[in-house]
Amino acid sequence: MTEALKELGAQIEAKRPDCVVAWSVSFDELTIDVTPSNIAGLVEFLKSDPNCKFSTLVDITAVDYPERAKRFDVVYHFLSMYRNQRIRLRAAVREDEMVPSIVKVHPSANWFEREVYDMFGILFSGHPDLRRILTDYGFRGFPLRKDFPTTGYTEVRYDEAQKRVVYEPVKLVQEYRQFDFMSPWEGAEYILPGDEKEGAQ
Amino acid sequence: MAVMTGANTAGVDKEVVTRALNAELQDKGFLLTSAEDIINWARTGSLHWMTFGLACCAVEMMHTSMPRYDAERFGIAPRASPRQSDVMIVAGTLTNKMAPALRKVYDQMPEPRYVISMGSCANGGGYYHYSYSVVRGCDRVVPVDVYVPGCPPTAEALLYGLMQLQRKIRRTGTLVR
Repeated sequence: MTEALKELGAQIEAKRPDCVVAWSVSFDELTIDVTPSNIAGLVEFLKSDPNCKFSTLVDITAVDYPERAKRFDVVYHFLSMYRNQRIRLRAAVREDEMVPSIVKVHPSANWFEREVYDMFGILFSGHPDLRRILTDYGFRGFPLRKDFPTTGYTEVRYDEAQKRVVYEPVKLVQEYRQFDFMSPWEGAEYILPGDEKEGAQ
Repeated sequence: MAVMTGANTAGVDKEVVTRALNAELQDKGFLLTSAEDIINWARTGSLHWMTFGLACCAVEMMHTSMPRYDAERFGIAPRASPRQSDVMIVAGTLTNKMAPALRKVYDQMPEPRYVISMGSCANGGGYYHYSYSVVRGCDRVVPVDVYVPGCPPTAEALLYGLMQLQRKIRRTGTLVR
């Protein structure tokens, strides 16, 4: 499987050298790094090329890395039913940068791109109807950005006097506590709470 | 005769009320009660619930009405219209976006109306208590009569909650004059 993926990666890089920045195979999955401006062209190529035929768009999502200059990674997953292959495209974008929409190539990208916009605030140029999809009407902020507080800024309550649901700033009885204990699956690579003195020795 | 040492497991005589009623009926040919009592009895015997399934709790709510637990034997049945229901079961996570809709549906229900909050999320936000998009308990939006704990509560637990509501109606139900 890995050999076939490596072959595919090399093939795509040879055919579209302008789009592919880098590619790698890890955990039996092929990931191709793409420049954001070329994403639409490459998706079109992957869909139509007889050796690829990635006709199914599985998902579009994004990852936030606040410490990087190119803050977001927009991630596309595709499936080829014809070749029994999967592929992942990854494009790093700045916060003020727009990503070309792929709705024209894959109509199912419409709501995925709306969701990415809703959660991360990444704008897609050429999208027919780019507005929020999941969050509340009139919601402010982008919840999946790392600088967005888990609890958000507003909460709702029914007001007996006004006879309607009103929005108020969040008031918590107890702060959110994160119990960052050792993961039983991966093991902790940091000093556990309470073991600070042990680590200094 | 041996002396019983363990706990008394005999329980109450379940027949005694029925027998007394039968005797009265055979003696006089009619039964006497107050209008309030009989209306409360009628209310407890025909609780139609407004299904407000929001998440996984809704599946357990469905189980409650299905033959295994058979809520219908208590006169409790699902009724999809708020205008014809007596009790609303809030089953699942109530989000900020859904809160105005929930209140609107509650306002459409005729008096007397009751609310059962089902599951951790509806009771107090549960797993999503610190989320930016979830109401921390549906009692912030509608007045709740019975809280059913669990994540999700079993169908039995919900049925028990419904019976607790029946008890509450029997004990506190009044006619608004």
